[in-house]
Amino acid sequence: MGAGDTLRHSLWIAWKDLLDLWRNRMAMVMLILMPLFMMVMVGYIFPTESALENADVGLANEDDGPLGIAFAQNLTYVSEESGLMSLKDSSGFDDIKQRIRDGELAGGVIIPSNFSSNLESGTQAVVEIVSDQSNPQISLLLQGILTEVIEQMGTWRAIANVSVQLGVNSSEALAIVKPYTVETRGIVPGNPSYFDFVAPGIMAMTVMMSVMTGLPHAISYEKEFGTLDGMMVAPIGRLSIILGKTIAQTSRGLIQGLIVLGLAVAIFGVTIQGNLFLLLFLLILGVFSFVGLGILITSVARDEQTATMAMMTLMFPMMFLSGVFFPIQQMPVFMQYIAWSLPLTYATSALRKVMILGADVQSISTELIILITFGIVLLAVAVPIFKKAMKK
Amino acid sequence: MEEAIVTQNLTKKFKDLVAVDHVNIDVKRGGIFGLLGPNGAGKTTLIRMLCTLLAPTEGTAKVAGYDIIKQDGKVREHIGLVSEKMIMYDRLTAVENLKLFGKLYNLPKDTLEKRTYKLLKLVHMEKWAKSQIGTYSTGMKQRINIIRALLSVPDVLFMDEPTLGLDPQSTTEIREFIKRINIENETSIILTTHMMVEADMLCDRVGIIDRGKIVALDTPRSLKRIIGGEDVASVDIEIPNLTNEMLEALRDQPTIVSVVRENETHLLIRAKGEDAFDDIIDTIRSRNGRIAFVKSLEPSLEDVFLHITGREMRAEVSSKVKSFQGGGRHGPPALSRRVR
Repeated sequence: MGAGDTLRHSLWIAWKDLLDLWRNRMAMVMLILMPLFMMVMVGYIFPTESALENADVGLANEDDGPLGIAFAQNLTYVSEESGLMSLKDSSGFDDIKQRIRDGELAGGVIIPSNFSSNLESGTQAVVEIVSDQSNPQISLLLQGILTEVIEQMGTWRAIANVSVQLGVNSSEALAIVKPYTVETRGIVPGNPSYFDFVAPGIMAMTVMMSVMTGLPHAISYEKEFGTLDGMMVAPIGRLSIILGKTIAQTSRGLIQGLIVLGLAVAIFGVTIQGNLFLLLFLLILGVFSFVGLGILITSVARDEQTATMAMMTLMFPMMFLSGVFFPIQQMPVFMQYIAWSLPLTYATSALRKVMILGADVQSISTELIILITFGIVLLAVAVPIFKKAMKK
Repeated sequence: MEEAIVTQNLTKKFKDLVAVDHVNIDVKRGGIFGLLGPNGAGKTTLIRMLCTLLAPTEGTAKVAGYDIIKQDGKVREHIGLVSEKMIMYDRLTAVENLKLFGKLYNLPKDTLEKRTYKLLKLVHMEKWAKSQIGTYSTGMKQRINIIRALLSVPDVLFMDEPTLGLDPQSTTEIREFIKRINIENETSIILTTHMMVEADMLCDRVGIIDRGKIVALDTPRSLKRIIGGEDVASVDIEIPNLTNEMLEALRDQPTIVSVVRENETHLLIRAKGEDAFDDIIDTIRSRNGRIAFVKSLEPSLEDVFLHITGREMRAEVSSKVKSFQGGGRHGPPALSRRVR
């Protein structure tokens, strides 16, 4: 049996599976809805800075000096201009505390009673920020914004002081007050958002999830219904069956992956810097690196239900550990070791480089080699086991 | 190639259970061989081994002249399988199903088209050729299931319960069809069945399998003669005014072996000896019993099975299930009612 026959037979098996899928209206609808839900979910639930709009923040001015009032006015002006916060008058810490508990406020700012006197006597003045510990994400954002705003206001004041005292103009004063400044420069145009970070990973995940859940399902299902026997008694290579099923599932996954990509570009403004064909090739390579595992599980699992359950158990840690949603570098060290042993990690990393950074084959050669190695090793283990298991 | 199938001590064990136990059979080329036995006897396991779907634990077999272990690829080129579970895809049409399998057997395009059309016509399914299988009745599905196995014109055709669950009309048609392909294509056929009638009508040789062992191997006629030789008569009789007294009287007759009350008015009687029928009728008539219906029953597979093994033929999924042994003398089990 030549390679040509094996490929031809597998293509006919794939044709059958895809035709079957195409006529299954419900499955087709789900096929399109799944990536859509995934994108909308990921696109909107994760906290971003812009998510904070008009957060209610209590402002208590305990200082009756002119500087405290001026500070409060400035803060109100900045809040209104930026639209980030909406300041509410408050009587003090206890009032803010109570209103945070009641859910009326997201945080608070207190100008202490010694604010003006400290400033006038040449001491640093303190501004207190009250945070809501029950909501660390929001309070962290709020703290960041408030710190930045207050810092900025401090700088203005310093500039004014310096220019009056030394008799220099404001830009010279700025250079004295803040001798260093930072400018960020990316290696590609544009300013990537969290979505640009997450989209390549979601694509890789969708395609692989599709194949990994689809393959054990497709084979076990036919095994249970007895239709697999029809292929097994036909004079075709056992490899044709695996290959045919994989081709069908990969096509299904790629369709979903392309839907993800389309949505990312159309709705979430993701730009693709790299080569689209390289992107597709990477997705297929990702599947190749994985498919052995799917075959292995299919061979070991007795029925469809077991296979699906085993697949799900493996899929979940993979989803969260391979740097799709969170950078691997943020994980504890031992988790990083696990992450670096998953093929999805490399597929995601390579896809990200190609999509966001416009990398070419050379710059992702390490990932390519690792993915190919994963694929060959897993298949070398899985295929003989599959052949044996089918004859039990 | 003299024989279509020759097995040598073919054995399959699943852990502790011996599903097929040193089976030695040979099937003549061009013949129809029937494999009979209760559920769990090992029929399907035996067929699956011969089809190269299962690896034997011990022994081997030659199918169409090729070894099922060493030349499994060659075996596959020469066999067809009609399994109990239909090998078809519901969302594909008949033509598409046939196309898929034709392609897997490397049939050239024009050959495939010609055969598809011819086979569909043969089973009167041309009209439904382009409808999805999911819309078919069971009988229609089975026709496609069978012609699918015939696409490659196999030398040896395996059929696992080809008429199970079909209506009487489909059953008759399928049986005729099996006979026809055996004669026209000179295809050797191995079929499993529960039904003596079916074996009788189709097979030139029958093997009875029980607990993995072949317990009898002969022509259907010879097998039936094993029982017939003892002059056993089985009668299905309906008496609208059946009384307990009548029942007792029947049971007291020395010639009557067993009486089973099927329901209020229905009896299944087995009797021995030359006067068996007279005794039954006389006993009923002398007590003013009205006979509304009477039918003499052929010795059934159950009878043959019972005679050979001394046990009833019932679903024995594994040796763990203890059937009440020797219960057979009290009448045929429910299964025999269904299949008769």
